[in-house]
Amino acid sequence: MRKVIGLALLAIMLGPLAAIAQQVPVTSYRLNNGMDVVVIEDHRAPIVTHMVWYRVGAADEPRGKSGIAHFLEHLMFKGTEAVPDGQFSPIVEANGGNDNAFTTQDFTAYFQQVAADRLPLMMEMEADRMRGLVLDDQAMLTELDVVLEERALRTDSDPGALFSEQRDAAQFLNHPYGTPTIGWPNEVEKLTLQDALDFYHHFYAPNNAVLVVAGDVQPEAVLALAQYYYGPLAPSEGITKRVRPEEPPQRAARRLVYHDPRVASPYVIRTYLAPNRRAGDQRQAAALSLLADVLGGGGITSLLGQRLQIEEDIALASGAFYSGLSYDPDTFGMYVVPKPGVPLEEAEARMDATLQYLLENGVDPARLARSKATLLADEIYAMDSQRGLAQRYGAALTSGLTVEDVAVWPDILQAVTEDEILAAAREVLDIRHSVTGYLMGQEETGQ
Amino acid sequence: MIRIFTLAFVLLAALPLRAATDIQVVTSPKGITAWLVQEPSIPMVSFEFVFQGGAAQDAPDKLGATNLMMGLLEEGAGGLSATEFAQRADELGARFGFDAGRDSVSVSASMLSRNLSESVALLRLALVEPTFGDVAFERVRGQVNSIIRSNATDPQAIAGQRLREILFPDHPYGHPVEGTLDTVATLTPADMRIAHRHALGRNNVKIGVVGDITPGALALLLDDLLGDLPDDIKDGVPDVQPVLTADTTVVEFDTPQSVAVFAQPGLKRDDPDYLVAYVLNHILGGRSSSARLNVEVREKRGLTYGISSFLLPYQHTALYMGHFNSGNDTVAEAVGIVRAEWAKIAADGVTAEELATAKRYLTGAYALRFDGNAKIAGILAGSQVAGLPLSYIAERNDLVNAVTVEDMNHVAARLYQPENLHFVVVGQPEGLGE
Repeated sequence: MRKVIGLALLAIMLGPLAAIAQQVPVTSYRLNNGMDVVVIEDHRAPIVTHMVWYRVGAADEPRGKSGIAHFLEHLMFKGTEAVPDGQFSPIVEANGGNDNAFTTQDFTAYFQQVAADRLPLMMEMEADRMRGLVLDDQAMLTELDVVLEERALRTDSDPGALFSEQRDAAQFLNHPYGTPTIGWPNEVEKLTLQDALDFYHHFYAPNNAVLVVAGDVQPEAVLALAQYYYGPLAPSEGITKRVRPEEPPQRAARRLVYHDPRVASPYVIRTYLAPNRRAGDQRQAAALSLLADVLGGGGITSLLGQRLQIEEDIALASGAFYSGLSYDPDTFGMYVVPKPGVPLEEAEARMDATLQYLLENGVDPARLARSKATLLADEIYAMDSQRGLAQRYGAALTSGLTVEDVAVWPDILQAVTEDEILAAAREVLDIRHSVTGYLMGQEETGQ
Repeated sequence: MIRIFTLAFVLLAALPLRAATDIQVVTSPKGITAWLVQEPSIPMVSFEFVFQGGAAQDAPDKLGATNLMMGLLEEGAGGLSATEFAQRADELGARFGFDAGRDSVSVSASMLSRNLSESVALLRLALVEPTFGDVAFERVRGQVNSIIRSNATDPQAIAGQRLREILFPDHPYGHPVEGTLDTVATLTPADMRIAHRHALGRNNVKIGVVGDITPGALALLLDDLLGDLPDDIKDGVPDVQPVLTADTTVVEFDTPQSVAVFAQPGLKRDDPDYLVAYVLNHILGGRSSSARLNVEVREKRGLTYGISSFLLPYQHTALYMGHFNSGNDTVAEAVGIVRAEWAKIAADGVTAEELATAKRYLTGAYALRFDGNAKIAGILAGSQVAGLPLSYIAERNDLVNAVTVEDMNHVAARLYQPENLHFVVVGQPEGLGE
């Protein structure tokens, strides 16, 4: 009864919402020196988010120099001839702005949020440090200590993060996604000034960068500013298509157990090597996104949540995840946090049984419709975050996608069928391509 | 080079704050008041409801009752099971968040314009007619217990809890919001109904709304949503002064990096010196890259990834706190630097240049907080909780600009108490003894 009402409601919702979701005004350009420009209009407040994304991340590092992409991100705040002595952030702040940066496997991004009339200054300073970084040994050594403290905070203090590092290393036999973005500590502590400068001079150039401006701006005006500030920068000759070492055929399922006395709630997690969203070819990625949602999104309404947390009552939490937003193939994952007293072996067995149930019985149409409704609502709510929209485009364009790919993604998600979901599950969730990990507390003696 | 510096120090023209000019006070027929900013450009409405009271109201033998109760509101209500409630929310594209704090419990909601009335009806069930059924109760209690166990092995959580126990040995503020494994074990669904009756009312709620809705529609919606809640909620928590000394408490914990938290008495939000103290803290330990603590501990010496301090006003007390993480071999040096900076600002205050720099940032960046409907809804509710007038958001930058160096140094002498700055360090710190 309730299901029927729900479906009727969904039928009302889908059409008009789909149209609304495409109303975010996005304009894109390319400068003569190869720099991409994306402008997202948001006229609700006189604020602008200015971001420069470089198509380089940890997966592009030379072997043995892990962490150099992230370390360079820190050093980018140290100074240029025009803005020396770490004055970049203080000048942004003196103009009432906030700024920061972040690094992943596939990109390095720098951003400021500031009053819209300060956009020219932000462009001037960001263009300046794209080519004009000046570093000395003392600044480098102090910042290396900061980065090691960051690693200690984010990774070494968190058993889940240490476990994730070990699982990624097992997942990727050859591809650099198996090396952590922040770097292995034994390599980070040996990074040098020259390592940073070599990486910088090779990869930081307009033809390897994407400018994203979101906020209270007009696209033509942003283009004119971008041409003025970024246009004169010379492109780098060394930028070629990114080709990282590829995964060989994966033939054996990998299993690992990590004990750490700081773990209070053990869990089992499995990841499978999975294809990413590719330019003009996002259909299977969309099917995997919906598979993750019906299997383990949305808490207790998903199949895992419903079976393991409600019906069988063996789990505190469960879920499935897939982003698809990476330059090279990444992973599809699922996990179960069992209730105390339930062994991880049993949790894993019930997780597998749930997946098997989905493959044998198909996707409940009401559940699929709810997933699609949720994804449409996501599109509306995404419009409320200026920075979130800017990040969506920046991350996509540095992961090999186009503005058009981003624009059509919501429609592709809505068009995914049950058959496509099941086909994607059968093809991708191959146990030989998987890593299954148990995160557990203190190892008991005598076991 | 010259271009950059001339531009950099042009004084900021005050940004027109949309929210400043557009806040409307909406009062429902039953007398429920909300602050509204109409924003029709996105087909959604964001709500923030803050019910004053919070986990501090828990009886000593029922610690965690309010927190568990808030976790159960969406786990079955008005004849819908937990699953049915969640499915209905998915169908409507409605997002609800329920949270318990020491001084308040809060409900955040985002709804699609076209499903507004159905979404409000669903949220009403959670707020007014929660079931507190046995099965959902046991399931969510298990999740809360898991959080309590995780906190017991998390150095950050250990540090915070140890500090609270030192500051408030005989007051609810010394207790964890989640309760303890022992107290949560004794809770029953009947306790949930009592906690609910004492937490959610129309006389203790502050409401911020931003989005695609008219004042007239909101007035009616407020009565539909909250009109059946009681109007006699009381706050039974006494005021308290934190107990502080200039000691450092070490909690041994096997971790490569120590966690340090520190506190001294602060100022309550209605203290006439609060805004000046806020500017002082910005200079000492705020989010700015040029904050003294950041410069001394991170930029010059590389002892931490991040350090900050902040005023933490409560309903019944006030703290001035800060925190950082640092290696076991460097944390003692960092603690010493923080103590030295504390003594320095207490004795010498700040310079005119520091104040001018702080004003440029604080007045310019204020507008950046208003960059989304959900964020503005939170600010509108929070302003009412703080007891600020409707005009405050429009006037706030003028108030900051009016602060003088004399004000700053007068308040610095009152605010900073190096003799009462207590540290808790969790880890295996070298060179830090009791």
